[in-house]
Amino acid sequence: MAITYLDAIREAQSRALEEDENVYIYGQDVAAFGGAFKATKGLSERFPGRVIDAPISEDAIVGSAVGAAIEGMRPIIEMQFADFSSIGFNQIINQSATQFWRTGVPCPITIRLPSGGTEGSGPFHSQSLESIYAHYPGLIVMTPATVEDAYGMLLEAIRIDDPVIFCEHKLLYYHLKADELPKTILPVGKARIARAGRHATVVACSAMVHEALRAARELAEEGWQIEVVDLRSAKPIDTDTILASVARTGRLLAVSESFPWGGLTAEVVSRVSAEGFHLLDAPPQRLNSKDTPIPYHPNLWRAHRPTWQTIAAATRNLIQL
Amino acid sequence: MPHTTPSVASAASVDAEKNRERFVSAFRWMLLARTFEDKIAALYRAGKIVGGVYLGRGQEAFSAALGMQLDQKHGDVFAGLIRDQAGRMAFGEPLLDSARTYLGSAEGPMRGRDGNIHRGRPLRGMPAMISHLGAMISVVNGMLMAKRFRGRTDVVGGATIGDGGTSTGAFHEGLNQAAVERLPLVVAVADNQFAYSTATEHQYACENLVDRAIGYGVRGYRIDGTDLEACLEAFAEAIERARRGEGPQMVVGKLLRLAGHGEHDDARYIPPDLRDKPFGGDCLPLARERLLDEKWLSQDELDELVTTTQESVDEAVARAQSEPDPNPFRESWHALATKHLAEGTLPAD
Ligand SMILES: Cc1ncc(C[n+]2csc(CCOP(=O)(O)OP(=O)(O)O)c2C)c(N)n1
Repeated sequence: MAITYLDAIREAQSRALEEDENVYIYGQDVAAFGGAFKATKGLSERFPGRVIDAPISEDAIVGSAVGAAIEGMRPIIEMQFADFSSIGFNQIINQSATQFWRTGVPCPITIRLPSGGTEGSGPFHSQSLESIYAHYPGLIVMTPATVEDAYGMLLEAIRIDDPVIFCEHKLLYYHLKADELPKTILPVGKARIARAGRHATVVACSAMVHEALRAARELAEEGWQIEVVDLRSAKPIDTDTILASVARTGRLLAVSESFPWGGLTAEVVSRVSAEGFHLLDAPPQRLNSKDTPIPYHPNLWRAHRPTWQTIAAATRNLIQL
Repeated sequence: MPHTTPSVASAASVDAEKNRERFVSAFRWMLLARTFEDKIAALYRAGKIVGGVYLGRGQEAFSAALGMQLDQKHGDVFAGLIRDQAGRMAFGEPLLDSARTYLGSAEGPMRGRDGNIHRGRPLRGMPAMISHLGAMISVVNGMLMAKRFRGRTDVVGGATIGDGGTSTGAFHEGLNQAAVERLPLVVAVADNQFAYSTATEHQYACENLVDRAIGYGVRGYRIDGTDLEACLEAFAEAIERARRGEGPQMVVGKLLRLAGHGEHDDARYIPPDLRDKPFGGDCLPLARERLLDEKWLSQDELDELVTTTQESVDEAVARAQSEPDPNPFRESWHALATKHLAEGTLPAD
């Protein structure tokens, strides 16, 4: 039986609810309806009173999660779309992220953000916000790219004593499948070599890992061995694994679906430049979405975000530098 | 205390005695808060306080009446803001916590990481306010939800806000959330006629903020925030109703901010005649007069109280001043409880 990325997210929540009575789920339409993407389907029946529909109040949703966490609960917050977390931004970055540092009281909350673009979703249902949240001290930002990580990292997120921003990619929800749920996963904070190679390193996370892998397959036919590093978490960044990869390949392309100004790819390039300048045979490169809001029409949307084609082109260019 | 216990106590006289005790006790907290804040203001003027100083002058009765009637040991919550020195202490915040936080002592609850009014002890029912107005309402909601998950529905959360703070989206979301969840929340709205320099006509267009209560589906109370007895009565009822499961309660007290927004602000924009208008009085001398008129305290007892209060304030401040400052070389420069996932830790860590 195939398990999708979305199933994995639901199963992880189900297991967390089962294992720890302090866990509860709070978000819009998450109870009987099972959530906009059905990530909580069936859970309110299995765990009565512990999967709660919230009013359309992202600020209060996150604020209340912080209060509950102070009291020892471990809330899972589902944002209906990552984009709407902007309304809860203040509570996330100022309340939850500062709580432990200011008061010494841990703030174990998990905020699930259905992230990233899909055809026709447009400017307000497509955003990738890992770079924004990773900027703030006090937050952990996870960006799982596989079914196994969607499951294992979400379980880990719920167990961690800090606020975790869990960026789950909507494009992966239904298409990505695995045969079974993992028994163990790589520890959080460690990146994964998704494909080994020796001519260039492509660092990516979330859905971009799959675009990068496809680009690597394409380039393999041209004789180039591309190493793909799946970051797994945007914060912390596993700089050691990236540097080790660049030591093997001498070339770096950092790819992300988020906007081009600053952010995750800039951070990766800056770390490699500062700590691994001597490892580089060519100037490190970045590839992001374009610097406009995310377009609605599929033609425009596909051209706005990095794809396997643009990643392949950027990698070819990198190899020739 | 100069009172005689009647041999056969009638219901009325028991009530009268309770009334007296409650009033005197609230007055003590008001006096302590005023004395402490006067001291902090003096230290501010002397350049001894880092950061802003915001006083609750004129709001002590309203604030103490809520804080004092909540029960910290029972599991109640009190989330005070910048005008709640009195309420915080009446709820159970040690005087030393205040002194240490204002003076940046490394021994204080915030250890120099945050200062002045931004303090708390979340595990003792006192969440530490963030500056963003309105944001603490939902935090209290969450604390109450957590207690309810554990079967505690008889605890009450008090949260305070100013007239300006009621204009935030966070306040609206928080109060609506509490109403939807029927949480035992008591919101104290101190309508002190100004938000920094902004008069209430630019803040809200309803006649009185209590008019909003019905819109949220919560019970509203409208009181004179300078009248200690009225404050005590309203909050006693609100707390009792919340505790009984009647859902959120919103108490709106009208009063006047008797200080600048902060001690940096001379508040020239406040017309002086407002002090002579209704709600413009100072709750502290008003309560003192009442005490003396009712002979609830004698002049000697009052003088004694003033002296001992001043002594305890001076002692706490002196102690906090003698304590070590935070040391940047001893500080662990990361913000996570999960240390191994923290970026940017110092090697010394
Ligand atoms: C969301 C937000 N915006 C602005 C400020 C800056 N600020 C601090 S206190 C204050 C005035 C608050 O007025 P009010 O809520 O009436 O309370 P008062 O100071 O009168 O007690 C302002 C604007 C803030 N703390 N939070």
